[in-house]
Amino acid sequence: MTKISNLGVVETLKGLNKKDFSSVEVTKEYLQLIENEKKLNAYIHFNTEKSLSLAELSDERRAKNEALPLDGLPIAVKDIFCVKGERTSACSKILENFIPNYESTVTSKLWQAGGVYIGKTSMDEFAMGSSNETSYFGSVVNPWSKEEEKLVPGGSSGGSASAVAARLAPIALGTDTGGSIRQPASFCGTVGMKPTYGRCSRWGIIAFASSLDQAGPLTRSVQDSALILQNMAGFDNLDSTSVDIKVPNFLDSCSRSIKGMKIGIPKEYKINELSSEVENIWNEGIRWLQDAGAEIVEVKLPHTKYALPTYYIVAPAEASANLARYDGVKYGYRKEDIKDLEQMYSQTRAEGFGEEVKRRILIGTYVLSAGYYDAYYLRAQKVRTKIVEDFNLAFKNCDAILTPTAPTGAFKVGEKNMDPVTMYMNDVFTVPASLAGLPAISIPSGLDSNGYPLGLQLIGKGFDEETLFSVGTILEKSANFKSI
Amino acid sequence: MSLDKSTLERVAYLARIKIEDSEIEKMITELNNIMKWIEELNEVDVNNVKPMTGVSNNSLREREDEVNDGGYSDEIVSNAPEKIDNSFTVPKVIE
Repeated sequence: MTKISNLGVVETLKGLNKKDFSSVEVTKEYLQLIENEKKLNAYIHFNTEKSLSLAELSDERRAKNEALPLDGLPIAVKDIFCVKGERTSACSKILENFIPNYESTVTSKLWQAGGVYIGKTSMDEFAMGSSNETSYFGSVVNPWSKEEEKLVPGGSSGGSASAVAARLAPIALGTDTGGSIRQPASFCGTVGMKPTYGRCSRWGIIAFASSLDQAGPLTRSVQDSALILQNMAGFDNLDSTSVDIKVPNFLDSCSRSIKGMKIGIPKEYKINELSSEVENIWNEGIRWLQDAGAEIVEVKLPHTKYALPTYYIVAPAEASANLARYDGVKYGYRKEDIKDLEQMYSQTRAEGFGEEVKRRILIGTYVLSAGYYDAYYLRAQKVRTKIVEDFNLAFKNCDAILTPTAPTGAFKVGEKNMDPVTMYMNDVFTVPASLAGLPAISIPSGLDSNGYPLGLQLIGKGFDEETLFSVGTILEKSANFKSI
Repeated sequence: MSLDKSTLERVAYLARIKIEDSEIEKMITELNNIMKWIEELNEVDVNNVKPMTGVSNNSLREREDEVNDGGYSDEIVSNAPEKIDNSFTVPKVIE
C-alpha cells in the first residue's frame, strides 16, 4: 500500500471512502511525521488530543455513512487564522499568548466539511515577509534544502508551503496579500492558489492589509487546490467585502480543454532581475500551452514596474491602521513596570513587534501623515487604478495571463534579509494581481540549476478561478513536476 | 523628500513605537532607501485618475439596526493582560 503521507487531498479522501485506512490512522501518521521532521520548524503549535478526537468523530460519521465532503482529511492552518481555543499569534511576540474565542469563517467551513485540524504553521510575523525569516518562532526550512545549505521556504505562508512539500500535511491554508501564497508555493514546489478578492471570507483572519488579504490553499496538485477552494469559498455576511456570487464546481474545471483559449504574455515581466532559468521555464510553459491548443497573444501591462512601489505604500498604510489595535490593553503582550499609559503603548509596541513589522508601521504612518498623504498615499491609490485599468484592457484580448511566479528560485537563509528593498523584489510578479484583486495560481513547473523548484503563475479575470484550474492542470501535466 | 530625525521621531510618536537613540540612524537610512525607491511613482501621470481604496465596486451592505450579538464580556476580556471582573485595566491616567 502507498504511504498515506504520499497521498494528496483527493487520494486521501478516496482511501478513507474505500476504508483503506481510517481518519485516526491518517491523523496519527501525520502527527508522527511532524514530530520526526521538527527540524523544518514548519509547525509551531498542535493539539494532538483535539486532532485525534476530531478524527474519531469523523470515523464515526463515515461508519454511519454520513461522511462529509472532506471528512477525515488533515488540514494544516497558517497561524494567521483564528482557531477557537488554539493559540493564534500571527507569529508575533505581541500575540504570543492569544487564544481566540471564535473561529475564522474559512476554517469553520472546512471543519463543517469534516476537515481535521492538524496544527498551526509558521509564517512571517503578521504576514510581512518573503522568506519566513521574520517569524517570532524562528526560520522555517525549505525541505528542498541540501545538507548544510538551509534554504528559505519563501513567505509569508512559508510554514504551510514547507509542510505540504515535506508531506507533513496534504493541504495547508495560507493567506496572500502581495504573493504570500504563490511565492512560497513556487519556492517549495507546491501549488498555491490566491482566489479573487471577495471569494473567501476574511473574517477571523488577523488583518494585515484589508484591501488585499485573501485566503487560499497550498497543495501538491491542482485538483486538490480546486477541491479545497470549493469548500473554503462563499459569501459571508461577517466580511463587508465578501462577494455574494455562486461558487462554481472547481473540480469540473480541472478537466476542461483549453483549446482555443487565449493566453496573454506580458513583456513587461521580462525585467532585469529575472534569472535566465526562470525565463527558460516561462518559455517552456508557453510551448506547453500552445501544444494543448491555446493561442498565445502578447498583452501590455505598462504599469507593471510601478506595482511594487504602489504596494509598499498601500499595504503598510493599511497595516499601520490595522495594527494600531495591538496596544497592550485588550490582548497580547504588555510591557511590565511602566509609569503611564503613553509609555505602556510605545514600549509594548517597541518590544512586541519585530523589525520588519515596525518598519512597515512607520512607513504606513508616514505616508498617511499630514503633509505626506497626497504625495504618497493618494498618488499610490491613483497608480493602483492605472494598474487595474491595464489588466482590464489586457483581459479584453485574453482569458488568462502566464508569467513566472518569482524572479528566482529559493535562496539561502540569511542571504537577503540585510536589505529590505532586495527582499521586496521577490514579490514583483505577484503584487500586480493582488492590487487588482485578481485570482492567480502558482504551479510548480521545473527546477533551477541548483535543483530547486520554480513556479509559473497564471492570472485570471475576476471570479474566473475556473480558467486558472483548467490551464493550471495542463501546465501541471506538461511539467510533470516531481515533488520530493 | 527625505526623512530626517525629527520626522522619524514624529512618525514614531504617531505610531506609538518607542525608538531607542541607538536605532535612529540605521532606521533613517533604511526608511530613506525604501522611500527613495517608492518615489518612482512620481513618473506616472495621474492627472484625472480616480484613487481607489479597494477593488470592490459594491457599496457597503446595510442591515437593520438591531442587536444581534453580545452577552459574553467574560470571553472578550479572557485574553487581557490585566483585568478586574469584566473590565480591561490600564495604568492610572488621571492623578
